[in-house]
Amino acid sequence: MRTILTRTLVSYARESDFVFLTGDLGFMALEPLREVAKERFINAGIAEQNMVSVAAGLATAGLRPWVYSIAPFLYARAFEQIRNDVCLHNLPVFLVGNGGGYAYGVMGPTHHAIEDYGALLGLPNLTVQIPAFAADVPQAVLRLMAAARPAYLRLGRDEKPENFVVPPYAPWRRILSGQGATVVVVGPLAGGILAAAQVLPESQRPTLWVLSELPIVNAEIPATFIADFQQSGHLIVVEEHVVQGGAGAALAHALLCTQTTPRRFTHRFARGYPSGRTGSQVFHREECGLDPASILRLLSNTP
Amino acid sequence: MHFESGVGHIGGNLSALDLLLTLHHRVMAGDDQFILSKGHAAGALYVTLWSLGLLAEEQLATFHKDGTKLGGHPVPHGIPEIPFAVGSLGHGLGLAAGLALGKNLRGQPGRVFCLLSDGEWNEGSNWESLMFIAHHRLREVVLLVDLNGLQGFGATAEVANLGSLANKLKEFGLEVREVDGHNTDAIEQALKTPPTDRPMALVARTIKGHGVSFMENKLEWHYLPMTAEQYQMAVEEANRL
Repeated sequence: MRTILTRTLVSYARESDFVFLTGDLGFMALEPLREVAKERFINAGIAEQNMVSVAAGLATAGLRPWVYSIAPFLYARAFEQIRNDVCLHNLPVFLVGNGGGYAYGVMGPTHHAIEDYGALLGLPNLTVQIPAFAADVPQAVLRLMAAARPAYLRLGRDEKPENFVVPPYAPWRRILSGQGATVVVVGPLAGGILAAAQVLPESQRPTLWVLSELPIVNAEIPATFIADFQQSGHLIVVEEHVVQGGAGAALAHALLCTQTTPRRFTHRFARGYPSGRTGSQVFHREECGLDPASILRLLSNTP
Repeated sequence: MHFESGVGHIGGNLSALDLLLTLHHRVMAGDDQFILSKGHAAGALYVTLWSLGLLAEEQLATFHKDGTKLGGHPVPHGIPEIPFAVGSLGHGLGLAAGLALGKNLRGQPGRVFCLLSDGEWNEGSNWESLMFIAHHRLREVVLLVDLNGLQGFGATAEVANLGSLANKLKEFGLEVREVDGHNTDAIEQALKTPPTDRPMALVARTIKGHGVSFMENKLEWHYLPMTAEQYQMAVEEANRL
């Protein structure tokens, strides 16, 4: 998704309010942007706290800064700067965290981002965009630029099945229909689950929704989604994020508040490091029951 | 103001007051901006803005009261002259750097003055900002350091001894001027003489609780509110100045 983000931002780099800061990351990815943005591409060094404060200062001076790093170095290291300097002042600072969930795999837990949006969504004014597919990135960028308020863009690796045509980006999208359970997936996990689920016979095939924007706005929960899980009777939420502050808890809360609850609710989420060992993103997903095979097993157990 | 609100932090307000008044009355021009980093000196800044006619007496009287826009530390969306909520230390310098860089990129004039405490240099983020300002040669940023030698729970030299802050700032690539932080003419002259080719820092030696004999250089006046008797003594001393 980084490549398409770079390409997207190159198209905005000549605008008078564009400025991009990186925490010394982006080798073999951001070079085309550096070339076009020139003095508006700033390597702020390995100093994320300052980078976020500087971005807040730039936004106050009338610019719309992008701030890029490996996700945890941004949301965890500079959390107070995001909270005080950016969010309290409702400034248009766009934080880009690369490597959502376990995407950095065997690089280890220090590089994982499994509590990122949960940590950030407690802050005022901030919106999170979680593209599921690379094709979502340009529209996610447009969406957060149009909102012109604090935003966090969680990037991962595109896992789109071949021949799948990605529908236009929106907070809620139905990408597969069937007579089985209703599944809500957050982020790139959707690709693998779609590939596995779409070949099932219609009677077992789930209806698959992708949720891409947080926090959940109760009034924007689609009526068709509610109809789907009321009909199927089983709502499953799958996300590469811990249970605390995750989309599953938020959705359960939203549905309770709107009094439209499913008969059965299952939440699959990041369980941290149950074996204490580190491996690829696939390894960690399997440990947590987030991989497509685990989801298929869950679907086959659905009455 | 502090007495009526039963508020502490008076010591670090009095040490910064001469710097704030001199900067705002004699140095800053139309395009200049001021960022308070030592947010606990909010009271001294409010008084300074009042002295400039930018805050009314009635507003000042709301300090620290329910529903006020003049919090114990500056609040977000409070008053236009104070653009940032500060109070957690180690934020102001990065914000000032961003404002200055923004001015640069947009070709706008003006300097950005930032007032920091000395204890605040315990915060690592300040050193990040310092590197950034020096590396990018952000000459629009002017640091003012209120070197009163005392912090929350001890003397700065005893908590995390910095040695010479002035030397450290020089090593990082700043042009450093040292003054008596209660000599208003010296402060004015140091700030009005433009720096050569590097960002500038004014290191001002100050006295915590300056102007009130029983508060001067006493740790407890970092936090304590005044009793009625102490307030009366302080006012009498100030009137004699």
